[in-house]
Amino acid sequence: MGSEHTDSGDGALRRTPLYDLHKASGARMVPFAGYEMPIQYTGIIAEHTATRTSAGLFDVSHMGQADVSGPGAAEWLERITPGNITGLKDEIARYTVVTNENGGVVDDLIITRLGDGFRLVVNGARRDAVAAHIEKHTASGVSVDFLDRALIALQGPQAEAVLAPHVAADLAALTFMTAVQTEAFGVPALVSRCGYTGEDGFELSLPPEVAPAAWAALAADPRVTEVGLGARDTLRLEAGLCLYGQDLAEDISPVEAGIVFAIGKRRRAEGGFIGAEPILAELEDGPARQRVGLTVEGRVPVRAGAALYQSEHTAGIVTSGGVGPTVGAPIAVGLVLSACAEIGTKLEADVRGKRIGVTVAALPFVQPNVKRKGLL
Amino acid sequence: MKRYTEDHEWIDLAGDIATVGITAHAQEQLGDITFVELPEVGRTLAKGDAFAVVESVKAASDVYAPLDGEVTEVNAALDENPQLVNEAAEEGGWFAKIKLSDAAAVDALMDKAAYDAFLAKS
Repeated sequence: MGSEHTDSGDGALRRTPLYDLHKASGARMVPFAGYEMPIQYTGIIAEHTATRTSAGLFDVSHMGQADVSGPGAAEWLERITPGNITGLKDEIARYTVVTNENGGVVDDLIITRLGDGFRLVVNGARRDAVAAHIEKHTASGVSVDFLDRALIALQGPQAEAVLAPHVAADLAALTFMTAVQTEAFGVPALVSRCGYTGEDGFELSLPPEVAPAAWAALAADPRVTEVGLGARDTLRLEAGLCLYGQDLAEDISPVEAGIVFAIGKRRRAEGGFIGAEPILAELEDGPARQRVGLTVEGRVPVRAGAALYQSEHTAGIVTSGGVGPTVGAPIAVGLVLSACAEIGTKLEADVRGKRIGVTVAALPFVQPNVKRKGLL
Repeated sequence: MKRYTEDHEWIDLAGDIATVGITAHAQEQLGDITFVELPEVGRTLAKGDAFAVVESVKAASDVYAPLDGEVTEVNAALDENPQLVNEAAEEGGWFAKIKLSDAAAVDALMDKAAYDAFLAKS
């Protein structure tokens, strides 16, 4: 049997405050983003299904959390991202990207306004890249402080019912992409109604010393299943969400990645962010290539890196792919030439030298089940 | 008697026909198996050839021929039910039967005790 490919750096791996609990639960640990992280506990399909049908518990403490403060913090964030940050209301969270000079993406992130300052959550594997980018584009009076905090996500239709007894604030009043500074598990915490699974759910930012007790209390609930990175990836793939390093990169623009909602309306008119010129030109003229969903003929999964063809012509590359446990079939996401991006376009993927038929399909593969404002 | 390779295949020899699969340890490492690509009957294999591919939810992994031989039969049950490999890797979840060019070569592979010791070390 061939060995699997996991990126293990040479440096010592870090552990989240929940490491001992993962080991005690029988999780298989792998190197990820510089941490030893659980890839699965009982099995990816079971964990995926539990999240879609009940509630899944995720340790996402490897992600970077930072506070941005000081006069001009919002304006500075509008320099490094194309998001509408000055217009962000208190305790509202927004998904956007940090852009580079070429219009590529340094990282995708969530920015939440907390009073006069902002909380950032960035990808664990990109924390150093973001920190270096910030260092390069620093502004006087604005400080960015990376925090030592745990981050726990509870996702799925039962998430609110499970979490509510542990949180002082009324969770029913929170809608998708809103946050509240409240008391959770007896300590001050930030609770956000967001996640990266396509399901309703919450992320809890907690002091590291409180995290194990919080995790244990949630994991003890019979409605809750512990979920590793494996199912986190299948959930976000079905939900059509980008994974940095695959669907997003320094040489992929947010327009190509199909996340133009990360660019505020006002920002499209005004510009003023790093990489604005190429990005705004692409919005105007249309990108040369676009991220699309792909349904796959047969049962052989088409994975990241597979070349895509339209007859003999190169059409693009698969950026994420695998089996969608809820879809019940192989699914993929690719970056294809815009001429090949129309829904229904037939392409072929090269898998180990064989051509497999794929069809451009609408994203997401599974409709989101989040609690939006005004839908109740 | 079953024999094992360092690549986590098992072999069960009857006459000069070897039944081949992946070990219980290997299936556990792979997790949920969703598809197994099996070789064509009649294919000639050299030791070390990638002769099958196991697709789990997270990755595709090659399976290597443990010895030289010719594929005489593949496990059609895996086509309908690839999870058989998870459920019974070393019984019903076998991959292929291979007519060995040199059946005596099996003796060079690890027995169960040696494989268990190998796993404990790795």
